[in-house]
Amino acid sequence: MTRLMIALAALVLFCAQAMAQETTVQSVLQAHRETIEKGSRTSIGSAIDAIAASGLPQAQEVLQVWAAKEMWQRSDDGLFYRGTEKPARQVELFDFDTGQSFGTVSRDELSQIKPNSGVRAMIGTALVQFQLSDPDPTRRAEALDAIQRSPGADLLAPLRASIPAEPDTALKARKMRVERLLTIAFDPDEPSRIAAIEEMSGDLGVDMRATLNPLLVTRIALAEGLPETANIRREVKPGDPALGVAAAYDMLIAAGQAQPIPDNEARKALLIANMVDGQVAGVPVHRLDSQEARDAAYVQLAQAGLVPRWSTAEAPEVVVTRHRFVEVYSEPSAAVTEAAEQALAEIERRVGLNQAIDLGLDALSLASIYFLAAIGLAITFGVMGVINMAHGEFIMMGAYTGYMVQQVIADHTLSILVAIPLAFAVTFAAGVTMERLVIRHLYNRPLETLLATFGISIALQQLAKNIFGTQARPLTAPGWLDGAWVLNDVVSISYIRIAIFVLALIFLGLFLFIMRRTRLGLETRAVTQNPRMAASMGINPDRINMLTFGLGSGIAGIAGVAIGLFAKVTSELGSDYIVQSFMTVVVGGVGNIWGTLAGAAMIGTLQKGIEWLNPSNTLAAQTYMIIFIIIFIQFRPRGIIALKGRAAGD
Amino acid sequence: MRNSFVARHPSVLAFLALLALFTLGVSVLSEGFGIGLISTSFVKTLGKTLCLCLIAVAMDLIWGYCGILSLGHFAFFGLGGYMIGMWLMYERTRLIVEGSLAQGALPPTEQEVVDAIGTQIFGVVGSSDFPLVWAFADSLILQLAMVVLAPGLLALVFGWLAFRSRVTGVYLSILTQAMTLALALYLFQNDSGLRGNNGLSGLQNLPGVEAPQAVISLWFFWASALALGLGYLLAAWIVSGKFGSVIRGIRDNEARVRFLGYSVETYKLAVFTLTACIAGIAGALYYPQAGIVNPAEIAPIASIYLAVWVAIGGRGRLYGAVIGAAFVSLVSSWFTGGQIPDLVLGPLTIKWVDWWTIVLGLSFVLVTLFAPSGIGGLFDLWQGRRPPDRHGADLGPDAGALREREATE
Repeated sequence: MTRLMIALAALVLFCAQAMAQETTVQSVLQAHRETIEKGSRTSIGSAIDAIAASGLPQAQEVLQVWAAKEMWQRSDDGLFYRGTEKPARQVELFDFDTGQSFGTVSRDELSQIKPNSGVRAMIGTALVQFQLSDPDPTRRAEALDAIQRSPGADLLAPLRASIPAEPDTALKARKMRVERLLTIAFDPDEPSRIAAIEEMSGDLGVDMRATLNPLLVTRIALAEGLPETANIRREVKPGDPALGVAAAYDMLIAAGQAQPIPDNEARKALLIANMVDGQVAGVPVHRLDSQEARDAAYVQLAQAGLVPRWSTAEAPEVVVTRHRFVEVYSEPSAAVTEAAEQALAEIERRVGLNQAIDLGLDALSLASIYFLAAIGLAITFGVMGVINMAHGEFIMMGAYTGYMVQQVIADHTLSILVAIPLAFAVTFAAGVTMERLVIRHLYNRPLETLLATFGISIALQQLAKNIFGTQARPLTAPGWLDGAWVLNDVVSISYIRIAIFVLALIFLGLFLFIMRRTRLGLETRAVTQNPRMAASMGINPDRINMLTFGLGSGIAGIAGVAIGLFAKVTSELGSDYIVQSFMTVVVGGVGNIWGTLAGAAMIGTLQKGIEWLNPSNTLAAQTYMIIFIIIFIQFRPRGIIALKGRAAGD
Repeated sequence: MRNSFVARHPSVLAFLALLALFTLGVSVLSEGFGIGLISTSFVKTLGKTLCLCLIAVAMDLIWGYCGILSLGHFAFFGLGGYMIGMWLMYERTRLIVEGSLAQGALPPTEQEVVDAIGTQIFGVVGSSDFPLVWAFADSLILQLAMVVLAPGLLALVFGWLAFRSRVTGVYLSILTQAMTLALALYLFQNDSGLRGNNGLSGLQNLPGVEAPQAVISLWFFWASALALGLGYLLAAWIVSGKFGSVIRGIRDNEARVRFLGYSVETYKLAVFTLTACIAGIAGALYYPQAGIVNPAEIAPIASIYLAVWVAIGGRGRLYGAVIGAAFVSLVSSWFTGGQIPDLVLGPLTIKWVDWWTIVLGLSFVLVTLFAPSGIGGLFDLWQGRRPPDRHGADLGPDAGALREREATE
């Protein structure tokens, strides 16, 4: 059947070519002169088709000129020309057939042909067949884009005709895919549609779903009065989520099977309308202050024949059960809808699978953000037992450092490379200063450390607000981090998130290296386990505490640069992450980097999981996550990975 | 009654006398009943400050005496405000709606009134149905009971979960902070049933009362003063008896109290729940004076400020908490009110509205470092009490202990 169609199309083209031996563009245009002048969308089709099918080499140019409003008509003889506007109301005219210039003519002797947007769209459709076999591949790709934007039944034949001659393999594959989609949507031949649906089943593209969904559009109708051939999906009982009782009753009213029932408001209006001397049906108005009293008064009025009949017995709930309601496909062919349902089910299964992967990637990237934010805290809180409420402000400080560097160094890649060590240096210095001035004096008073660092936190936050203002400052990522790694229409992950994941991995490695392979790490572990013993072995606990605190703060600064790349840099940047960071450390287990990693993974996965269950509401996701954590602490009070034995410290 | 409660604790009597004198003074100077020297808005500010003093007393009870640094008591405060706000808003809207429906041709049915109230209250979040939490909103008695019950129940459940798993110290602080954050985020949603981030508004109008704001503000001021007096008395009574000794024991060394056979968790839970109820009452008196309650009030930062007040005032003594709350909140509103002239230091101009938070934060650090007993410590100086100079030696086995100072009293 398909072949027959193509053969038919080729025949038409051939005939047109044969006829065109004697014709010129001008003669074709003159033949449809009146419709072109009129420019009406309903009648212009024949003119466009005649030009497109004329087989003349200039046909494409004529259509383009027409669509671009560059076609002019000479008023005295009615001939059409291509014209370009010149200064002083002059137009230079060119002949369509020969391309020769006629010289300039005053605008007063001409009239410009201005097709409206509907006509231009029709010309565009006609142009597609030329563009599909245009020698320039970008033009061909554009034509395919245009087809996908506004698919139509008339585009199917030119598209099919252009496939065999397509030299570019990638474009050819795309053309065949679009051809399948158009076949599903528009081919009048049922078996070929079903074949196309089955062939494309399992395709993850959004366009495939967009093609299938219109086939499966249904409406709910009254079973009586439907034609025998109707493509029924299922029977619907009123009260079903798809069909409310009120809607079903409205349908019955529209079909003339039921009487409209005046609702409470309508009956109230009727009562008011029938008020006589402060009484309704003999009942004083002031007694009508309950629904029962009003109903009784209405029944009285109805018996007197003053208002439409109504009684509580003829309730819509009862009436609708006497009728059958069915869900009907707008698509008449049952075989097509069945194939489409199956294909869509298969696609949805695959989409679900891919969404799970996508969710996993999202969770992973969120987990790496939390890990980055929490790793510095894990050092100060976990290793030193010092709770630093100003940790969030160190993150903010790092982000602002990145912003300041970008003000000086314009190149984004270079500025980020400079900003990372600089942010480390700035926050390291701030951390060491804070440790020396405040925290050192409070080592055995953890609750007061919490409060003192909180005081520093609000002071730093306000300071940032005073210096940088309340509006968000941009920290722009380098160009090569723009965009996303797209696997298919469902699974994608932005490069920034991948970069943050890599950064988190680097820091995990760095932390493990420092703690296990360096002198500082050894001494830190010694001081953590037993400060006095460590001191008697010649380690200076003061210095170690200072350096450890500086290290934790410095990492917070780098985390700030990373977070600033995708979040807006404001003075509240840090406080947005501080509670989650604490949760990460507490849930993971204090004093253990693997615990922090596990905590970040758990919180990230949990948050994304809850967001997936209730996608519209991130606030609710956070609420439920915190409640979950409070309950989780019940079962593992010391976190996922708890230190045991002497290392636990108590 | 030689050994009466008041005789043993003269500071309570002194505090109550001062409070009564202050209340009387404000009433005489007010616009509502007195000579009009104090504006109505300032009466409201003072009334609100009294409520803040009350929650500070609760905070001192839980932190200063029981050693639990709760960073979530403003959740209970806000919850109390929401509970009374629901009745105020419902009742006021009912009066307005009934007034407008009475203009209609037929007298309204009950269902019509309720529907119209629902549309009025929830129109702003695109709904008109009453959520379940508003079930008691039409009854003042039940809603007043909810002021105590809702925060109490939340504290009971949360405290039971937290204490029985032996979460202590900074972990508990962070957990309470998480609780208040969770509650705030929940209330921020429109479908929480409490109007999302709009909160409840128009609470300053008492339904059915024709009196001007000048008079109403004084009523609330008196109620706040009464609540503070009673709350102070209750707290002083609790900490003076055997119960008080046990909770101080828990603060100083939890393990020892447990080994002596006391059920530490029950004591903690009792104090936590009681202070939550007091906080709820304080909130229920505060928000009608503020006029609006919304989820931002419950944000974790508010509870941390509460800890700041108590720390600056001096924890472990009830009058310290009151002094801290009154002093810091009044000075804060003075500085942020924009009435203080800018300080010009050469090229740098210090606007106090912007710089006050920094001063507060830094002074908080200084108080923590150099004056752990806060402003209340001045009374010790006055009375000649001094801790022994230990030349920098460790305080003792438990880090947060105030034991040392108490031993010398």
